[in-house]
This record gives sequence, C-alpha cells and structure tokens, in this order.
Amino acid sequence: MSDDLVRLEGLEVHFPIRGSLTDVLLRRKQGVVRAVDGIDLTIRRGEILALVGESGSGKTTTGRVVVKLTRQTGGRVVVDGQDVTDLWGTGRLRPYRRRVQLIFQDPYETLNPKHTVAEFVSEPLEVQGIGTPGEDRRRRVLDALDAAGLRPPEDFAARYPHELSGGQRQRVVIAGALVMNPEIIVADEPVSMLDVSIRTELLRLMLDLRRDRGLTYLFITHDLSLAWVLADRIAVMYLGKIMELGPAEAVIRSPRNPYTRALVSVSPSTDPPEGEGADERTILVGETPDAAHVPAGCRFHPRCPVAFDRCRSAEPPLFDVGGGQRAACWLVEGASAAAPQPPIATGGDPVA
Amino acid sequence: MTVQDAATLRARRQWPMPKQAVPGAPLLEVEDLSVRFRMPGGPSVKAVDGVSFRLEDGEAMGLAGESGCGKTTTALSLVRLLPANGRISSGSVRLFGIDLVPKTERQMARYRWREISMVFQGAMNALNPVKRVGDQIAEPIEIRLGQPRGAAQKRAAELLDLVGIPEKRASAYPHELSGGMRQRAMIAMALACDPALVIGDEPTTALDVMVQAQILALLERLRRDLGLSLMLITHDLSVIAETCDRVMIMYAGRVAEEGPVRRLFSAPRHPYTAKLLSSFPNIRADRRTLDTIPGSPPDLRKPPPGCRFAPRCAHAMPVCTEEAPTEVRFADGVRVACHLFPPGAQGVVASGVAASGIGGGLVRAAALPSAGGRP
Repeated sequence: MSDDLVRLEGLEVHFPIRGSLTDVLLRRKQGVVRAVDGIDLTIRRGEILALVGESGSGKTTTGRVVVKLTRQTGGRVVVDGQDVTDLWGTGRLRPYRRRVQLIFQDPYETLNPKHTVAEFVSEPLEVQGIGTPGEDRRRRVLDALDAAGLRPPEDFAARYPHELSGGQRQRVVIAGALVMNPEIIVADEPVSMLDVSIRTELLRLMLDLRRDRGLTYLFITHDLSLAWVLADRIAVMYLGKIMELGPAEAVIRSPRNPYTRALVSVSPSTDPPEGEGADERTILVGETPDAAHVPAGCRFHPRCPVAFDRCRSAEPPLFDVGGGQRAACWLVEGASAAAPQPPIATGGDPVA
Repeated sequence: MTVQDAATLRARRQWPMPKQAVPGAPLLEVEDLSVRFRMPGGPSVKAVDGVSFRLEDGEAMGLAGESGCGKTTTALSLVRLLPANGRISSGSVRLFGIDLVPKTERQMARYRWREISMVFQGAMNALNPVKRVGDQIAEPIEIRLGQPRGAAQKRAAELLDLVGIPEKRASAYPHELSGGMRQRAMIAMALACDPALVIGDEPTTALDVMVQAQILALLERLRRDLGLSLMLITHDLSVIAETCDRVMIMYAGRVAEEGPVRRLFSAPRHPYTAKLLSSFPNIRADRRTLDTIPGSPPDLRKPPPGCRFAPRCAHAMPVCTEEAPTEVRFADGVRVACHLFPPGAQGVVASGVAASGIGGGLVRAAALPSAGGRP
C-alpha cells in the first residue's frame, strides 16, 4: 500500500490572458500566465508538507487545485489512490470536500460578521447534510470548537466575530474545517496575520490535531522560518516550478538549489550575525518575473548568482541528491543518486 | 555599532538645524511619555505609560512587542500624529533638546518631514493613487523646503535613483509599481527633506522575504551613507536583530527591557523578552525549541496591579502583583524593569527613571554581570 495520500503529477495551471479586440482580430497568439507549470508533488499520509515560495510562485494556486477550487489545465491529481482530476460539479465534489478542507490566511475576511460562531461552524454540516438538525449538529459544532481549543465551547458558540481576538477567530476557522472530520487540511498562510505568541499556539494546535486525528497538512507559506519549525518536508516553488524538495532539515541546512540557498541566507533570524564575514547573505537582484513571461531555460537563471550557459538554454529537472532531497539545478546533476537514502523521519512534534 | 560622531553627522546636514536646537543635546530624548486615549462611554486608556528612551545621531533602534503594547502609539506621538481621541498626557519629546510636546500644529510643520519622517507598512494606502510617484516625492520638497518646482523634480529623480528605482519610473502611478518598488518610493519620500530621523512602522511586513532583504539592505546603506537615525517598529524580532543597534521591548504600554541588540537577544533578562525570543521561529536554531507565551496582553482599561506581565510570567513572585518594578540599569547598557532585578542586585549600576536616563557616564564595564545573572 502506498503512503502517498495526495499525488500531483505534471500539474499545470495556465490562466489565459484576455487579449484586446485588436489582438483577436489580428489573430495574435493569446498569452498565458503559467501559474503552475508542471509540478510533481506527493503529500504523504500524516505528514506536514510546507510549500514555500514568494508571491507569484504558484503556491496558493497549487493549494487551490488540491482543494478543487481551481481547475488545472494539465496533469493529474490523485488522492488516496483515486484519480480526482476530472471530478467536478458541486454534487460530485461533495464527498471530496468532506475529506479535504482549506484554511485561509485572513480570519477577518473568512468569517461573516453577522453570523455567530456556531452558525459559521455548522454551515458546512447543513450544506453537506451531515447529522440531524438540532442536538446532533450542535454537539458536532461544540466538539469542533473544543478540538480547536475554544474552551469552554458553549461560551464561544453564541459569540460574533467582533467579540473574538485574532487568534480566536483563526481557531473558529479551524473549527469550521474540523467539523467535517477531514483527512487533509490545506492551510494557506494560516498564521501570517497573527502575533508571535498567538502564532506558536496555533502551530501547536495544528500539531496536536495531527497527533490526535491523524491529519495531513499542506502548509502554504512565504516564511521559511515557519516551515522550518513546523514541516516534515519542504517544497520550494519559484515561478510555477518546484526548485527543491526534501526533508526540512536537509532543505534548510544543506540547500542544493541556489534559489533555496539565497532564500535561507536572507531569512532573518534572532541570532544576529557576529564578527567578520558573518554576513553571507545572498540578496538577489530584481524581482520575480511575472508568470506570463517565464524565462527560457532554467526559469531562475536571470537572477541566479551561479548561472552558466546550459542554464540559459535548458530547464533542469528535479535531480535526486540523496536522502529524499531533490533539486532542480544543473549544478547537482549526477550529484548523488547513488547515495544511501536514510529513512525519512516523520512524526514527532517539532514544537516541543 | 558604527555610530559616527554627532557633530560630524550634523555638519553633513543639507539644511540648517532648527534655530532653537540646544547645543550638545542628543538627537532624541523621550522622557516619561504617557499617552491617553478617550474611549466611548468609559474611562480613558493609558496606551503608553511613562516611556523613556534616547536615540543618538546615526543610531538604529528597534521597538518590539506584541500588538497593542504601545509601540506604534509611541512612534506616532513623536511626530504628534496620534488619532483624534489620543493625546500626550505627560512627558517630553525633545528633538535636539527642543520639546515637541507643547508645539502647536503649525510649529510642528517645521519638524515633520524635515526632521522626522515616517515610512508606513501599507505603501499602497500611504501613497496617493492618482499622483505620479515622482510628483509625490517632489511635493514635500516644494512645500516644506520652499524649493522651486524644477529643483524639486530634480531632487525627486535623485532620490528615486538612491533607493533603486529607475528614473523613468518617476512618471508611474503607484498601482503600476510592485510592492517592493512602492515601498522604495515611500522611503524616497521619507528622505525627501533630508530628515535626521526616519521612523519605519512595519516597513517590510507585507513584503516577500527577498524583497524584505533588499529593503533592509537599502535602509542600512542609507543609514551609513546619509548618517540617518532609524527607529524600526516591528513585531518581527529577527528584522530588528539584523538591522538595529539597540532594541526596546515594550509590554502593555511600558518599557520591559532596553539595550544593545546583541546583549538582549543573546542573554535576555526580562522574562517577557526571553519568552518573545523563544516563541519566535528561528531558522538558525534547533527546530524543536518553539515556545509559547500563555495568555494574552492585558486589557489596558483595567491593567493588572504591579508588574503588568506578572499574570503571564513563569517567574512571578508575590511582590510582582503588588508593586510595579523599578527600572534598573546594568553596566552593559541594558535596562530592565523586573522584580528579579531589584535595585542593588548584582551587576546593577543604577536604578530609577532619572538615573537610568541615559547618560553613559556612570556605566563602568568592570561591573559586567555574568551570564548567570539572567533568569
């Protein structure tokens, strides 16, 4: 049996750019934004996979494909051995939506200010027709609130969003996902808006829920430090492609792709740089190109400090560099596919 | 620390010092500052409560703490830009020795932009969407400094170049620029009148990590080249660690701890500082060390008695809920307000607000406390 819960194969999401009338009349070729441009990614059962990238990298689009809010233009999506690529339509998706839930970044936008906490959390139950109205649904709602750490749940059920703090709101959003008893949670920057102290409490909650309910997470973030403390594995995206993938320890401590290396080097830390030559930051010049104009060859080459001729003409695949780590860079070609591959340590809570 | 001699830096000013400047006074000296907010149908709230600090020419200071700890309010009161229901209830804000608190709105105009300018978090909201960025940068030069239009435009182009925006982008509207470019334009605008102090309120919070690194490197370069002083307000301790000389940690409107960044971050004395640091995800530390601070900051309408952090503090003693701690100063330049460090404790060189003020004269390196002195 396979431990791969979600498998994305050659996933592609291209958004057409609507041309002007003259473009259409002159039959100019229509442009596309290549938000996700052919990625292979698996999420293992019970793991936390962090998808890290800057804005425009395609990380959010990838997450939206997994929860089936965005239609892919190519590739396959396989969940628990079942091909769900062509599973669409509200009715047909209903069972899928129970299994895969999404948590957004902004708890202020997600919650309807006119609905109580209980109304928000019970809405998916009503939509899905789960349980019976009345006491049964109420119990499910209270259980979800309790699981999300809103205790005592009875106190929170009748409250409105404005009566809650930012951290509590995000817990309500989490309760709204938990009430469906999902297997997979796609969390898109779930703690980015929150204060440090609240942030760690929520990260801890996510870990507790994984332990207690066997949840699997796709954790989408721009913050490498968050991925570092939370994830089992990290995938780094740039302009619609995965640049590097592997166990968190390997990706952060020995990144093999120059882009990952630059990101790690500029991720600020509370250990200030000390002494001479302590500052080895690689600050990339310029900005990420837009996904409508993806550079030829390796898409990172125009900003890469170590690019050479081949990078300009050919796009590197993800090379296996051993230890479950893979990097898309010509420099690691043939590096160590033969190296012994230690078992990947998952489980165990990083937030001790 | 590369703080240059104040006299050298002041000699490099493009525009004259304010006439009332007191010779030899530090750049900024805030003493016992308190700010109150009127609340609808209730007692007023003291959002900032007796805050003192000092900033030298060319120095960068970070201001950190959880949301609602008073860091933005402190900064806004320096330029007297508090919301309508807020007012400075006591204390002084002396810039070059000139107290800004009693100044009228009209008199303040001399100091805003020209001496102290601000860079805000949301550049999109701070820039005028229907004006070209070049014109927006030229505007304060024309209005505040009374420069002719042509000269102002020329200076604006120079400033854009300085912050790394190609000159031809001067005619762009804010929506035509990327987030990083907009933030650069904001910085150019803040520099327009050659201020002595730039206050950045979460200037990089909404930016991607690589763009953040570019902006922080830019600020560092400007500080070095122009001799700017910087006050950086952010909840992101790592940004402070990488850019500031000193850091002030605030909690519930009061100063918890203040001192050189490296001292504070490598050996925090105040339990709040220690908790903030250990709950901050740190990419260069072990991954299994993330901590949490139980509870949340107090409601300032009814702050807890004694030390305001006591209800959340693992080291709280009976005295902590009875009396507010006295601020003490250590030989290494750190000052702390915590009962774990009473006046006269090992390594403490001075206590009380007046003495902790600031002048480094009584600090002797010989009295450096050992690392064991931390909680």
